Amino acid sequence: MADKKTVPAEAHASPHFVVPYATLRNVAFALLGFTALTVITAQMHLGWAAAPIAFLIALMKALLVMAYFMGLKFDAPLNRLIFACGFIFLSLLYIFSALDIFNRIPQLPTL
Amino acid sequence: MSTGNPAAHSDHTHHTAHHFRDADHEFVTSKEGIWLFMVTEILMFGGLFVGYFFMHNRYPEMFAEGASHLDWRMGAFNTVVLILSSWTMALSIHFIQTGRNDKATKMLLTTIACGAIFMVVKFFEYKAKFEHGLLPGHFFHAHEFTAPNLAMYFGFYFCMTGLHGTHVLIGMGLMVWLLKRNLRGDFNEHYYTPVEGVGLFWHIVDLIWIFLFPLLYLVG
Repeated sequence: MADKKTVPAEAHASPHFVVPYATLRNVAFALLGFTALTVITAQMHLGWAAAPIAFLIALMKALLVMAYFMGLKFDAPLNRLIFACGFIFLSLLYIFSALDIFNRIPQLPTL
Repeated sequence: MSTGNPAAHSDHTHHTAHHFRDADHEFVTSKEGIWLFMVTEILMFGGLFVGYFFMHNRYPEMFAEGASHLDWRMGAFNTVVLILSSWTMALSIHFIQTGRNDKATKMLLTTIACGAIFMVVKFFEYKAKFEHGLLPGHFFHAHEFTAPNLAMYFGFYFCMTGLHGTHVLIGMGLMVWLLKRNLRGDFNEHYYTPVEGVGLFWHIVDLIWIFLFPLLYLVG
């Protein structure tokens, strides 16, 4: 598994790109490192901070997977935009639901 | 495997469909389609995640109790397995792109094996939940618990991990198809679109689990 031969970068017009072997290996190790980190922080019982920290670590892992394993860092800008649209619409779902759920006035029974 | 040889390009089995300008046009269009499909995946799982966030915000103790019924070691083990499988999937594309299809075969086999290991661990986890009656909705019949609405946690748990597990099984099936085609010599550095597409799907499966593991097993 020591071979690092990759196809040289082709002309700009080509949609093909080869993510180098070393990059893929480094990303895999970084992901395993982040997994260890999230397990360690979860065992420290950080109270209210536990959830945001776990989510932040997951976000960093997700960005690594998207950028290198899925190749979005090297891909066409249109594909990045398409994928980003998914998260934009998801945030709309979250924002409008939150506006409703966190602004409700509790109704007390009148009887 | 002689498919890695650029000289074999002219007689490989794939021919660009007539409605595309050239092979690059076909590749770009196919990949765009896969990315659009990935958006629907994000929206499907995203709805469940948004539901999780609101209910977790409302009943934090119930979610903490639910998570205490899960074994984080099994979750962590499965996280490692899926990360390794994502890596081997990325490597199989890398090896096909660099003309080493025999190595790609090994990587595809490893990816399928990782998917199988993941599902076996999931089977034992589900089995324990079924035995203890930790099930969603009115199927819930556990005896030792404090939160009155613990069944909701297991509703989220089974919906999210069940949908995810279904994706793992479908991904494994697609990879068997890739393996068969790779052994037949369909792929080379000029044509590997199906491998690229299934690869993106498999990475989405990994991506979802990256969020499921801390949210369900660790934080609760």
